[in-house]
Amino acid sequence: MNFWLELVIKLVAMLAIVLGAAVVTIYAELKAGSHMQTRIGPYYAGGKWGWAQPLADGAKFLQKEDLAPAAADRTVYGYAPYVVMMSTLAIFAVIPMGPDVVATKLDLGVYFLLAISSLSVLGVLMAGWSSANKYSLIGGLRAAAQLIAYELPLVLAVVAVVVQAGTMSLNGIVEAQQATLFTIGSVDIALPYILTGQILGFGIFMIAAVAELSRIPFDMPIAESELTMGYLTEYSGIRFTMFFLGEYASMVGLSAIAATLYLGGYAAPGIPDSIANFAGPGVFLLKVSLLVFVIIWIRWTWPRLREDQLQSMAWRWLIPLALFNIALISVFKVVL
Amino acid sequence: MTDRELMHRSEVAVSVELETPDMTLNIGPQHPSTHGVLRLIAKVDGERINSVEPVIGYMHRGYEKISEVRTYAQITTLVNRIDWVSGFANEVPFILGVERLMGVEAPERAQWIRLILTELFRISSHLVFMSSYPLELGATTPLMHVLREREYILELIEGVTGGRFHPNFNRVGGIKPNYGGGSKTKKQSMDLPAGFFSELLSAMDRMDQICEDIDTLVTGNEVVKARTVDVGVIPGDKALEYGLSGPNLRASGVAYDLRKVENYLPYDQVEFDVVSRQGGDCYDRYMVRLDEIRESVKILRQAIDIIPAGPLQAKVPRVLKVPQGQVYSRAENPKGEFGYYIVSEGGKMPYRLKIRSTSFSNLSILPWVLQDQLIPDLVAIMGSLDFVLGDVDR
Repeated sequence: MNFWLELVIKLVAMLAIVLGAAVVTIYAELKAGSHMQTRIGPYYAGGKWGWAQPLADGAKFLQKEDLAPAAADRTVYGYAPYVVMMSTLAIFAVIPMGPDVVATKLDLGVYFLLAISSLSVLGVLMAGWSSANKYSLIGGLRAAAQLIAYELPLVLAVVAVVVQAGTMSLNGIVEAQQATLFTIGSVDIALPYILTGQILGFGIFMIAAVAELSRIPFDMPIAESELTMGYLTEYSGIRFTMFFLGEYASMVGLSAIAATLYLGGYAAPGIPDSIANFAGPGVFLLKVSLLVFVIIWIRWTWPRLREDQLQSMAWRWLIPLALFNIALISVFKVVL
Repeated sequence: MTDRELMHRSEVAVSVELETPDMTLNIGPQHPSTHGVLRLIAKVDGERINSVEPVIGYMHRGYEKISEVRTYAQITTLVNRIDWVSGFANEVPFILGVERLMGVEAPERAQWIRLILTELFRISSHLVFMSSYPLELGATTPLMHVLREREYILELIEGVTGGRFHPNFNRVGGIKPNYGGGSKTKKQSMDLPAGFFSELLSAMDRMDQICEDIDTLVTGNEVVKARTVDVGVIPGDKALEYGLSGPNLRASGVAYDLRKVENYLPYDQVEFDVVSRQGGDCYDRYMVRLDEIRESVKILRQAIDIIPAGPLQAKVPRVLKVPQGQVYSRAENPKGEFGYYIVSEGGKMPYRLKIRSTSFSNLSILPWVLQDQLIPDLVAIMGSLDFVLGDVDR
């Protein structure tokens, strides 16, 4: 196939999937959050269950004026949302949703993921700095400190997976989880990494992922009761929508990474290889939405930590635990 | 060369040693966690606060001055609106002061109704705190659950007084007369509606339940403890120096409650404990309020058994004229000591009315307690003091 044609098809499909998933996640948050708060939530938009509420919100945001403060650094201020959005979208380029359902099969997939997902901190810092607002500035600096601190446990947790799988390719990691561990009768049993020694790593990864997402209990960069809206304070209209969509897309993105690394990705027991390319995306979405729900659940239950408590948690608990996890996995890898 | 470049060059030329001056952060008057229109001028060094200067007066409505041209009956409508989450409790000390000046005393049943309504408003006010405080710490869900339960209290209040927030139910020597019933009932007072006590009892059961729920949802949460324990500690002597009262004072180890100290309303006939804790931190202020809801429930349960039948209105002249004199009358409001200094020159209106509002005094400790705290703690501490801006500015 023509290279350019293939590229365009992949791009359009990727955008549709990612943005579609983000919109669905926004709806899920609205609805699940409401029910946890004894409310009904969106009800009228779209006719049934208010399913069109996120779209209606989006349409409303598009009509709003794109305001920028007079003292803002216009260029930086304007590009910041797109930096965040791009780094989020790029995650999905390497996530496999089936043996062949993947935009790019990279041998260094994990490496690419971690590198590209940490670019979003640049966008946040740009937004905080360029807004010419003190709340934005504090929010941006908090975000920078937080994202850098939690990048470490995230990476270290992933390193343990790479050690166990022996490959950095995401497809390879999923296939490694399909390897037969033992047989009961004539049935080959394969287990995802969460059940074969990575439970600690999974916990560290999820905590760090919630912190990377700046969601409660780690939403200090936004912290509406302290900093009004943190680095988002001055944004409105389409640029705010970009941040907003980016947040939910990266929620899906990090859940997708966790599902791939720890929950066996697109693989599920009982699915023959012949239909894996068709059933894979469905299985994968199921696992991702489970993790997304957990993240939503946490948000509507917990209060917010303080910045110094967050840092001490990262440096005093998560990073040593992640290092211990790597050592443990490496020893098992060598011994077994 | 543009101005900006000029500035940059001159800075490079002048500043040999880089300095980091404090940043002035204006928190409020429009800010999500200042409960209205409080403004704090904070000098911050990064996240640490070097000094805080509260600026108040954005909501000043001049109630003290207006009161000089209002009759005593009209003033109760004004004082309702001082601390709007506990409207009835504001009326009580004022009306008691006027009664003391006039030498009349309300009949016993009227006194008990006042007591019941005061305690209902205490629960309501503390429930507002219970819902808004987790919100300040970042938890959004307790708000909905707690405010839903508060609705039961408000419905009870509405059933008795006809209003949810501003009952204006007190009259000198009794309670509100029953208007609109024709000439026959004009002189009768509004009694408690039929079935009130059974509804009150079931509401009290709900209150017990919501206290349990708050305990499991908020109190036991590790993050809440991390954010509140040993944060914003106010020792007992400092609290007294700054004139703190109510739950804020009792959380600092001073078990001082006007319901026990001052002889007003039949509080001496019910058994209840003065809740106090020793720590003086945000967590203790929170816990004192939670326990006070339980104590108020206890008081209300007893009141149902004790409340006597009888008249609701003492004999007062048709045109209220208060003899010359002065009185300071105070009561234990949900937020602390609430007092009125009434000066009468003899006449239909007070010569001067000084309002000692609770939140104003409770707020005065902010510059001291916020010194050297972090910005997130500023919100936690400010919320734990539980002030209402209407009560600060009057």
